[in-house]
Amino acid sequence: MNILVYINTASNLAKSALETVTYASKIGGSVSVVATGNADDATLATLGEYGAQKVMVDRSASADDAQQVTRLVAKATEAVNADVVIFSHDLIAKAVAPRLSVRLKAGYISGAVAVPDMSNGFSCKVNVFSGKAFAQVAVNSAKKIISLLPNSIQPEKAGAACAVEAFDGAVGAAAIKVVDTKKPEGEIPLPEAELVVSAGRGMKGPENWGIVEDLAKALGAATACSRPVADIGWRPHHEHVGQTGVAIRPNLYIAAGISGAIQHLAGVNGSKVIVVINTDAEAPFFKAADYGVVGDVFDVLPKLTAAVKKFHAAQ
Amino acid sequence: MKILVCISKSPDTTSKIAFTDGNKQFDENGVQYIVNPYDEWYALVRGLELKETLGGNLTIITVGNAADEAIIRKALAIGADDAVRVDADAKDAYFTAMQVAEYAKANAFDLILTGKETINYNGSQVGGMIAEALDLPFVSLATKLDITGTTARMEREIVGGVQIVEANLPLVVSCAKGMAEQRIPNMRGIMAARTKPLQVVPATAVEDLTTYVEYGLPAAKSAVKMIDPNNMDELVELLHNEAKVI
Repeated sequence: MNILVYINTASNLAKSALETVTYASKIGGSVSVVATGNADDATLATLGEYGAQKVMVDRSASADDAQQVTRLVAKATEAVNADVVIFSHDLIAKAVAPRLSVRLKAGYISGAVAVPDMSNGFSCKVNVFSGKAFAQVAVNSAKKIISLLPNSIQPEKAGAACAVEAFDGAVGAAAIKVVDTKKPEGEIPLPEAELVVSAGRGMKGPENWGIVEDLAKALGAATACSRPVADIGWRPHHEHVGQTGVAIRPNLYIAAGISGAIQHLAGVNGSKVIVVINTDAEAPFFKAADYGVVGDVFDVLPKLTAAVKKFHAAQ
Repeated sequence: MKILVCISKSPDTTSKIAFTDGNKQFDENGVQYIVNPYDEWYALVRGLELKETLGGNLTIITVGNAADEAIIRKALAIGADDAVRVDADAKDAYFTAMQVAEYAKANAFDLILTGKETINYNGSQVGGMIAEALDLPFVSLATKLDITGTTARMEREIVGGVQIVEANLPLVVSCAKGMAEQRIPNMRGIMAARTKPLQVVPATAVEDLTTYVEYGLPAAKSAVKMIDPNNMDELVELLHNEAKVI
């Protein structure tokens, strides 16, 4: 089976890129990567360690224009005669993968959480009903497209560096003109974070977020917040996790002063371990938690931060 | 300005999720269907605001059976001018998108809006598929949308940030939170919706690209382990040795 993985890079490779290449190599067969972005050849070559046989890069294509990326990936699909095309289920894939599905008449499984089951046809597990259920979705067409939900599998090193070649994707003109891009520097993007510390209205005001950030820093975690906190402007909107915000599935989600409304849970119920800290022992979030602490966040958070620091010092 | 807004039905957010027919079908027993919130709150309401400012016509389209006319009347009550129902079960995103594209091809819309995803299938697929079928630009997960002349200016989420982009009409946009505020239909709107035109069109044949084979519910969570707030060392120890996440 020929498998093609699309990735977009900054100067470094995102963890999601390593996940998708690892995922492709688990399907089995020949794995090629088609890349956009700024990473240099030496960096791209390291994808070989995760199972890629070669990387084709087109640095003239912009990931900002879904039509350009679609043309690029379609051309690469033809070049390597790919049977399966893999994306990370990120904001680029949400624009490009559906287009590619129509262009190639290839069935598209969006937001896969497991390696395909090929014992009887070709099907894959996805989350549905906002994480309250899952479905097994089969693809009936010869060509198949999968977008992999971030943090569904761990990157695994298997081989050595691979060849990197320039690829002309014949991407044509861009229809989308970028006026301005704002990226907060130095923060871990929420969907990629393995550890997340999140807080809600229980913090009583934006000036109290220092103790949340202290814990996040001690853990090496990203920070997040509930919807009301983003709506009243205590925290930036990109930190809002939940049904209408970002859906995340970190290894550890610590929720401080968040009651756990059903819309919030829809964004975090894929987390592997949930810790809830709340003064109200009846908060609905405790029902979804693995570990619970009934207590005042202003008392508990600094104590937890101190315990984490003590633990790291002893390691 | 001709605007087409795609709406889908989804179970009310408080619905009990269960399956029937050997886990092959969603159990609709006792389920109240609503207009998918992203389609209603963001795509439809922003479409109406643009129509009210710029003039023109707003059509809603859904792929569904006669029972789905309740959600169509709701969208008309909020303010859409007319409605189209493609008479078929929405089998998957590709089927749905091809039906909408088929209708749009014959009716030259300036702007086609969808919600960012449905809350039942969460695929985020239909908008992009319509755009490709019509060979139009597509901006996904836009949080702001303004139109000047034939140029649309949007704010959208990107990986790790936000971006302001422009594109020429005609255009397909999927709408996320920030685009507009929910509108509650008033009595006049509800009365008017009863007589607004609703056109039922037959479905076109489309290849069956995907099949939902089976559904399931996640394993029940084991009971929460309560930790003494004065013993955070124990929590850290459990996260390290038991949960193995730090």
